[in-house]
Amino acid sequence: MSLAERHEMMTGQDATWEGGMGSVGDYIALLKPRVMSLVIFTAFVGMMLAPGQLHPVLAGVGLLCIAIGAGASGALNMWYDADIDRIMSRTKKRPIPAGKITPDEALVFGLTLSLGSVLTLGLVVNWFTGAFLAFTILFYVVIYTMWLKRSTPQNIVIGGAAGAFPPIIGWAAVTGNVSLESLILFLIIFMWTPPHFWALALFKSGDYRAAGIPMMPVVAGESSTRTQILAYAVILAPIVVSPYLLGFAGPVYGGVSSALSAVFVALAFNVWRKREGDAARKAAIRLFSYSILYLFLIFALLLGENLLTRMV
Amino acid sequence: MEDDRVKLTEKQKQARRSRSIAIALVLAALVILFYVVTIVKMGPDVLTRPL
Repeated sequence: MSLAERHEMMTGQDATWEGGMGSVGDYIALLKPRVMSLVIFTAFVGMMLAPGQLHPVLAGVGLLCIAIGAGASGALNMWYDADIDRIMSRTKKRPIPAGKITPDEALVFGLTLSLGSVLTLGLVVNWFTGAFLAFTILFYVVIYTMWLKRSTPQNIVIGGAAGAFPPIIGWAAVTGNVSLESLILFLIIFMWTPPHFWALALFKSGDYRAAGIPMMPVVAGESSTRTQILAYAVILAPIVVSPYLLGFAGPVYGGVSSALSAVFVALAFNVWRKREGDAARKAAIRLFSYSILYLFLIFALLLGENLLTRMV
Repeated sequence: MEDDRVKLTEKQKQARRSRSIAIALVLAALVILFYVVTIVKMGPDVLTRPL
């Protein structure tokens, strides 16, 4: 709609406006707070594991900027995906499809927060980290949301990189660069993303099919997806243990992460084995639920062990 | 001249008020944040350096 048309509509006889209905809570929902909490946590672990020191106030501001940047990506994602969010049961209550916030309002909100978080991070922490946050937002919004999500079943494989960047950003906030250790943290989340999302897609494939999103079960079929989930789980396990093998995590991490990874592979195997009926659905839900706990525990272990080492 | 501006409903006015309060709080928090960051980054002598 052109600005002239919009003006005409707004200055019509009734002069009513469909916007301006969003509450503060609706705008907070646009930031995808649950995703944001994972971003904050993994970025924090990246910061704590990095060698060197960052003043606690600057570290706090850095984390806040990373969180706001992630939230801004979420708002821009909801702006662009409003049409398909209306169709899927999981997303139809989001503020835009629910009619509480207009797409234009979400766009302006997302752009403002993106710009603010990137500039503040650059000014307060360092410009490399600010640029990395800008790249992450662009990657999530342009590469994943606008391009990959609707065009290829590899959408969440490649797009998953956006969700895996936060520990690198946290690490770079302290050191000003990217290192092997931060790349390992990136790889853990990057390789964890496909089995996590495909488990969800297995029991929500009807939603994705209705919305026309080419998720792996919709395009390649459930059988192929189950095999790929198992393959990713098997490849992920040694990557998760590698911080111990490379010497930047201790034996406690090595032992516990091996056990947690074994459970993850076992649950993925269960998904691969059970292919019919309610048992198949339950296996996928169990893998999806455990995957969230698994990633949280891996990063919590890395953090806990690091804090203990610092104290001793 | 007839007033052709957008007329907000009561619900829209209420939502705008709560958003305005939230924006005011965020702005106040940002002022404090940048003040503290300035002190941390440049030190307490930030105002006593030669011109």
